[in-house]
Amino acid sequence: MTEPVIEVVDVVKWLGKGAAQVQALKGVSLALRGGELTLLMGPSGSGKTTLLSILGCMLTPTHGTVRMRGRSTEGAGPEALAKLRREHVGFVFQSYHLFPTLTATDNVRLALDVRGENSARAVGKASDALAIVGLAHKRDAFPLELSGGEQQRVAIARAIVGQPSAVLADEPTAALDGENGNAIMALLAEIAKDSSRGVLVVAHDARILRFADRVVHIEDGCIVGDRRGDAALENDQTDCAVPS
Amino acid sequence: MSLIYRLASRNLLHDRLRFVATVVGIVFSILLVTVQLGLYLGFGRIVTTMIDHASADLWIMPPGTKCFEDPSTLDERTRFQALSINGVAQAAPVVIGYAEWRIAAGGTFPVFIVGSDLREGGLLPWNLVEGSLEALAIPGAVAVDRSYFDRLGVEGIGANAEIRGQKVEVRAVTSGIRSFTTTPYVFTTLDRARAFTGTAANKATYFLVRVAPGADVESVRHRLKANLSDVDVLTAAEFRDRSRSFWLFGTGAGFALFAGALLGMIVGTVIVAQTLYSSTKDHINEFATLRAIGSSGIYIHKVIICQALISAVIGFCLAAGIGLLVVAATADTALPIVMTPTLTLVLLFLTLVMCVVSAVAAILQVMRIDPVMVFTR
Ligand SMILES: Nc1ncnc2c1ncn2[C@@H]1O[C@H](COP(=O)(O)OP(=O)(O)O)[C@@H](O)[C@H]1O
Ligand SMILES: [Mg+2]
Repeated sequence: MTEPVIEVVDVVKWLGKGAAQVQALKGVSLALRGGELTLLMGPSGSGKTTLLSILGCMLTPTHGTVRMRGRSTEGAGPEALAKLRREHVGFVFQSYHLFPTLTATDNVRLALDVRGENSARAVGKASDALAIVGLAHKRDAFPLELSGGEQQRVAIARAIVGQPSAVLADEPTAALDGENGNAIMALLAEIAKDSSRGVLVVAHDARILRFADRVVHIEDGCIVGDRRGDAALENDQTDCAVPS
Repeated sequence: MSLIYRLASRNLLHDRLRFVATVVGIVFSILLVTVQLGLYLGFGRIVTTMIDHASADLWIMPPGTKCFEDPSTLDERTRFQALSINGVAQAAPVVIGYAEWRIAAGGTFPVFIVGSDLREGGLLPWNLVEGSLEALAIPGAVAVDRSYFDRLGVEGIGANAEIRGQKVEVRAVTSGIRSFTTTPYVFTTLDRARAFTGTAANKATYFLVRVAPGADVESVRHRLKANLSDVDVLTAAEFRDRSRSFWLFGTGAGFALFAGALLGMIVGTVIVAQTLYSSTKDHINEFATLRAIGSSGIYIHKVIICQALISAVIGFCLAAGIGLLVVAATADTALPIVMTPTLTLVLLFLTLVMCVVSAVAAILQVMRIDPVMVFTR
């Protein structure tokens, strides 16, 4: 099996302060591999977003290890984490988070711009990414001129334009109707075919199971299922440490 | 080109009303600073008008003279001592002092008398528009500026008045010789000036030294200092500095002008800081997204500072335009607001500094953003 693009080992995450503290992750290990689309499923509040944030270097774990392309992120401060994100991770959010004042091309270019890539080639790359998501004809449109599905495609183009190691999508279809949602999932599955890139999609919609190469179930901060195809992986049901 | 400029400008234009408020704030504060600093320059220039127009390499004056208008006197003996010194070609006496101008119709008005010898020169009226210098030789002849006609109750050449019980007649008219005090200058001959100001015949306020051709001003000054007791010997430049620092700082006027400028800066900074802060708050989602997709802190700072700089440049251009109108409008007044290329650059620099300092609050706010918020919004 290939080297994982991102890996978390025995991750515990406490969120909130004082009496309101919640243990959102209770000892989770997960390795994201290139060339496959992993679906992360679980009930609301089970820790999906928290896990995705830690995988994407947006949050640091309270305990445990995160390895990005084999290198531990331990001790990385906010700027170092930002650097890991811009170099290795493409995010797709439920509510798109496009910049309303920028065109589709500029929204995509932004992911390159924050890396200091702002030559004419960056514009070309942005156009290519828009072509991949099927929006070559809308490159000069502003987000408000696009449908929800189109906006999410622009967001996917922004996520992939920098050739990240992983694309992490938090409920990317939740705001879309079935048809548009399926189209987005098909697109993400297509993107996951690149063996250098892992794709993780958080969803709780069983209809999109067919796009997944692997399905991970999380409940109450513990991974309770991890299947590839129909076969249960060896760590199925065994991930969680005793809640402390 | 980087998208930073595009992000910044669109953030600004996205909320036009706030942008207008920002620019208006900058314009007013920079105008206030312009007026204060322009007045400072104008004041600094106008207090030395007389020194600028005197034909002197060196000024001999009573010790401790603070400014041109200081009326203490020297003895004529000093003049002869000065003339005996190697390298001194001329030592023209000048007599100054306040006097009362009394008009026939009744009423008096204080005037400032400036008297020099017509042949030796020294400090004779310039910018003559009517009459002539030679005409000042006529008994009772004086020169006044036409801007003071109303105040002096005269209508031009031939007008009569009385100073210290002596009849005077306007024989020459100048243009643009204005005093920053409200007291009009009255030019006349040395003897008449003594008579008008009650100065003894063997006294004078200044001796204006011309050095002989080829003589070195600095060494002549050394010899004068060494041989004359109880006098100050200053170059024109030194006397200008001394006058200027007396009027600007001896009187507190300079500090008041600087305090006004500082106030303008503070008000401008507060306004810009406030609008930038609220703009950043409105765009917090976008800044969080930038952070989430991995932008460095510096990149985000650049966007905010770019917003500040765009506002600064636009505000400065408008303020400079209005400032030029103010300068033109005050050009013919007793205290013109002066604009120089250096002052323009200083103002631009102050505007930029003001706006960048204003960005600090917005930057501090944006640094507190937790990018995780993009998942919940
Ligand atoms: N900032 C926070 N402070 C306190 N508790 C939080 C915070 N964010 C999330 N939580 C809690 O952590 C748990 C996991 O949240 P999350 O990862 O968002 O779940 P999911 O994405 O699966 O719905 C939930 O119980 C949630 O209430
Ligand atoms: Mg969630």
